[in-house]
Amino acid sequence: MQIFAFYLFASVVLASGAFCIFARNPVHSVLWLILAFFNAAGLMVLIGAEFIAALLVIVYVGAVAVLFLFVVMMLDIDFAELRAGFMKHLPLGLLLALVLVVEIIFGVGAWQSSGMGEATAAVGPPAGAPSNIEQLGALLYTKYVFLFEAAGLILLVAMVGAIVLTHRTRGGVRKQNIADQVARRPEDATRNTQPEVGKGVEL
Amino acid sequence: MTEFLQSTFLGAELGWFVGTLALILLIALPLMLAVAMIIYVDRKIWAAMALRRGPNVVGPFGLLQSFADGLKVFLQETIIPSGANKGLFLIAPIITFTVALLAWAVIPFGEDMVLANINIGLLYILAISSLGVYGVVIAGWASNSKYPFFSAMRAAAQMISYEVSIGFILISVVLFAGTFNLSDIVLSQEGHIFGIVNAYGLNPLLFPMAVVFLIASMAETARHPFDLTEAESELVAGYQTEYSSMSFALFWLGEYANILLMCALNAILFWGGWLPPLDVDWIPWFDIPGIFWLFGKMFFFFFIFSWVMATVPRYRYDQLMRLGWKIFLPLSLLWVFLVSGYVMIDKFGLPL
Repeated sequence: MQIFAFYLFASVVLASGAFCIFARNPVHSVLWLILAFFNAAGLMVLIGAEFIAALLVIVYVGAVAVLFLFVVMMLDIDFAELRAGFMKHLPLGLLLALVLVVEIIFGVGAWQSSGMGEATAAVGPPAGAPSNIEQLGALLYTKYVFLFEAAGLILLVAMVGAIVLTHRTRGGVRKQNIADQVARRPEDATRNTQPEVGKGVEL
Repeated sequence: MTEFLQSTFLGAELGWFVGTLALILLIALPLMLAVAMIIYVDRKIWAAMALRRGPNVVGPFGLLQSFADGLKVFLQETIIPSGANKGLFLIAPIITFTVALLAWAVIPFGEDMVLANINIGLLYILAISSLGVYGVVIAGWASNSKYPFFSAMRAAAQMISYEVSIGFILISVVLFAGTFNLSDIVLSQEGHIFGIVNAYGLNPLLFPMAVVFLIASMAETARHPFDLTEAESELVAGYQTEYSSMSFALFWLGEYANILLMCALNAILFWGGWLPPLDVDWIPWFDIPGIFWLFGKMFFFFFIFSWVMATVPRYRYDQLMRLGWKIFLPLSLLWVFLVSGYVMIDKFGLPL
């Protein structure tokens, strides 16, 4: 069952990755990418990293990819130009792919020659071990606490930077002040007058 | 049931498969029935508040109205607009419907009455509910029509905004319970207040979060007063404009299944789930099966959803964003601090 699930998830990841590159429509590309993320999360579940899997779905599928989709859907897309760009950047892309393949080969070679293959033969955490979340939390907040805080700080700086870069004060807008509206009483807005006959009302 | 099937001729693997499949059907089919009936209840409550009768023709008290509607929709022609992106147009309602059913896998209906009692139950719910937006967004884009597209944009922004504060609210509950497992969260509420009340919601520290979660769950399911995605005065019918027949019905079923899920989550996270309200033995409360308590609480929350729909006018889009980002987000963030501080002091004492 596990073998079957692994090959199912892995093949869908590979196929949707390929479709993501070759799809003509950018929106389809993003949707294939989402499928790839989702199946990668399935692979994470298979090796017993259910917390990482949940995070992958929540962060990447639930937030990042939605924003991708949001932006791509609103773009005015010129398909011909896009195809031309594909051919132009093909050599660079192939070079990157080649570098990645070589790195993977080196990585797998180093892993096999170091004898780690036997040590990690048992897939998944042993039964009765504390849950993923506890283990991750214990490591993140003790051993790696400074790295963790630094990562948080970098994200904060990036966020503040993005806001500063895109924020501009626009003139001529009348913003709604909810507190003012709530505090407004009938006496502030209306008045009863009894004008004499033949005389108007001062507004 | 799974163990029983595993012990028969089917063997461990196949028995597990068949047993789980049966359990999934045992949840999904009654859920569909519940959705049909809850649509009827929704219309009845709404009608009663508007001093109307509501559905009262089909069957006794109009009880079969939803099934008549379902049959009508089933017999209609499925119209696919010529400009639509056909594949995605048809997949979108299926995604909405499937995702709405998926989340029910981890909902505990009673002690040990849960399909998948996983450690990260709450994260799973969060992950699945974040998938729900795709059905709407894909539907809006694939329709290749202006109003559905606006609706999809709104839906994407709205669901992301409210998911953030929902995440923080869930964190504060998790801090109190010390676990992500939904069954354990319910069990940790037993006698939570003075050993009597089985609810986090009445804890003064968590009560504001319970209220915020109720409101945020209305926004997350795009329910009144936050149904900007299908605001009929502005967007015709929102992302469903181009849909007809079964694809339209799937959206409806998915939407109401999501609403029921949110009602169940409200009950489980803050109001004791399947536990009776008070943890006292001299009232024979524990003799009633827990599932009825859960259903009762879900129905109560559904009544609130219905009540709000009948009485509160729709929010404007900027007001919705303001509520999500400027009020709920800071409030829930502050509450995470408060709750974690309280939990620390409670466990380790004052740092003096």
